[in-house]
Amino acid sequence: MSDVLAVAEHRQGELRDVSREVVTAGSELADETGGDLHVAVISGDVETFADALSLEGVDTIHTVAHGEEFNHDVYTQAITQLADELAPGYVLAPNSVNGLDYAPAVATRLGVPLVTDTVDLATDGETLVATREMYGGKVETTTEVDGDQVVATIRGAEWAPTEAAGDATIEAFDAEIDEDAIGSTVTGFEEVAGGDVDISEADVLVSVGRGIDEEDNLDLVRELAEALDATLSSSRPIVDAGWLPANRQVGQSGKVVTPDVYIAIGISGAVQHVAGMKGSDTIVAINTDPNAPIMDIADYAIHDDLFDVVPALIEQFS
Amino acid sequence: MKVLVPVKEVATVDDEFEIDGTAIDERYLGADLNEWDDYAIEEAVQLEEDGIVDEVVTVTIGDEDTEQTIRQALAKGADRAIRVWDDALEGVDLLDVGAKVAILEAVVAAEAPDLVLTGVQSGDDSFGATGVALAEAVGYQWGAVVNQLDLENGAETASVHRELEGGIEELTEIDLPAVLTIQTGINEPRYASLRGIRMAQRKELEHQTLDDLGVDASTVAGDLRLTEMYEPESQSDTTVYEGSAEDTAAQLADLLREKGVAQ
Repeated sequence: MSDVLAVAEHRQGELRDVSREVVTAGSELADETGGDLHVAVISGDVETFADALSLEGVDTIHTVAHGEEFNHDVYTQAITQLADELAPGYVLAPNSVNGLDYAPAVATRLGVPLVTDTVDLATDGETLVATREMYGGKVETTTEVDGDQVVATIRGAEWAPTEAAGDATIEAFDAEIDEDAIGSTVTGFEEVAGGDVDISEADVLVSVGRGIDEEDNLDLVRELAEALDATLSSSRPIVDAGWLPANRQVGQSGKVVTPDVYIAIGISGAVQHVAGMKGSDTIVAINTDPNAPIMDIADYAIHDDLFDVVPALIEQFS
Repeated sequence: MKVLVPVKEVATVDDEFEIDGTAIDERYLGADLNEWDDYAIEEAVQLEEDGIVDEVVTVTIGDEDTEQTIRQALAKGADRAIRVWDDALEGVDLLDVGAKVAILEAVVAAEAPDLVLTGVQSGDDSFGATGVALAEAVGYQWGAVVNQLDLENGAETASVHRELEGGIEELTEIDLPAVLTIQTGINEPRYASLRGIRMAQRKELEHQTLDDLGVDASTVAGDLRLTEMYEPESQSDTTVYEGSAEDTAAQLADLLREKGVAQ
């Protein structure tokens, strides 16, 4: 009869999609244990957020009104106090940048096990079984987690967001926030450099990844993009190396794109990249590695050296 | 100011591999410095070159074989290294966050760094949690997924940018001492120069056991048990073009024309 406590996420006044996903994950776990699903929403306009979070499967929403934006010290204190009071078997958080900025601290403070970036969760009421990926998505694993209480973070887009309305009880939780223990202050937000091209508007993207090896080799992919009248984009390592500007990056921390055709060249398909392009209508992958995670979502694939295939493809269009 | 950089040697996996129980068969594995930690080392070394930091110490949990990777970190400019290994760690399939923190907590207690810089995550088990959990355990402040760090000489706070989803960065002031987890792209990690590699051979690389650190061996067993490992099922019905590069390029060109590309 373990209860579940799921933590919602918002930014700049908007509830993030993953909040409805963590409700789904929490609701499934609560069904398995026969316990209740509690949702915590902390900081910002908690009353409006709580109304939006009154979703099917949610029993109680706990609002913690403190500050406008995310602060990991406030979250850590509030969630720890809620966990002490509610004694849930499972505390679920999004495996987002902010989730990873408080969930490990919550687990440490509670003295309980932590399992992150899960893509599936199941419990028999005693042991939590978490499915995760390792080695950049090349393998999937199941991990058993011991403990009366466990903190788990869930990967975005792995659980369908709960849309159906519910009739949750909304309660204000009077967390005692120790202001002296707050050691960080958010001073603002910035958008990464925009630039002249908006890759999210393109119908056809030729996207290049680590497999291109050297900056000079980018000319080959540029040539292909021109031949196809397509826009050039990339995965993270190309931007990290300074070979293309940040506005060309496809992925979780870059742009989310939904072109008609997405041609992934020398891209292995790390989860952060896939999150940004899996909505493309047709995905083509050119990569020597048949086990690369990109192959799992590609509609068409060529398992060959891009330095052989791309020139041959340019030839086809010249 | 002293910086501690926890670094990890991660396994690299060949394109083709086989799984043996709950691990990838050793024949298909290589070893390398964790990519995210490489950026953390570079950030620490740049702070030292700027005169803000006096000493950069690395710590690695790993057996004797990891010394080649540790030497890479030393060759890139770290001043000395600590390697923690113990018989109790042999055969642990999955060293969970709690176990890593128990070990690193003891190293932080002994070294008392002003700043701990480490990678956001590791390329193998990808927990992405050790830095923040360590900060909480040792009572330091922290920041996760940092892609810009500004630190003045003698400053009591670090100004950081945290990379959020969707091309948004959060600007945050963090009190020191702190643990920051470093995102790739924050800098351009240097290659180890020949001179650096030669100098690395002479730098101190100290081995410590759990006993030396006063860590109870039972803590490294952890709470997580890896029970299965398998290749993920493909979620799509992928059409794979076969043949020479010319053949596959021609088939792909037909598809692209069919989709209205370049017309």
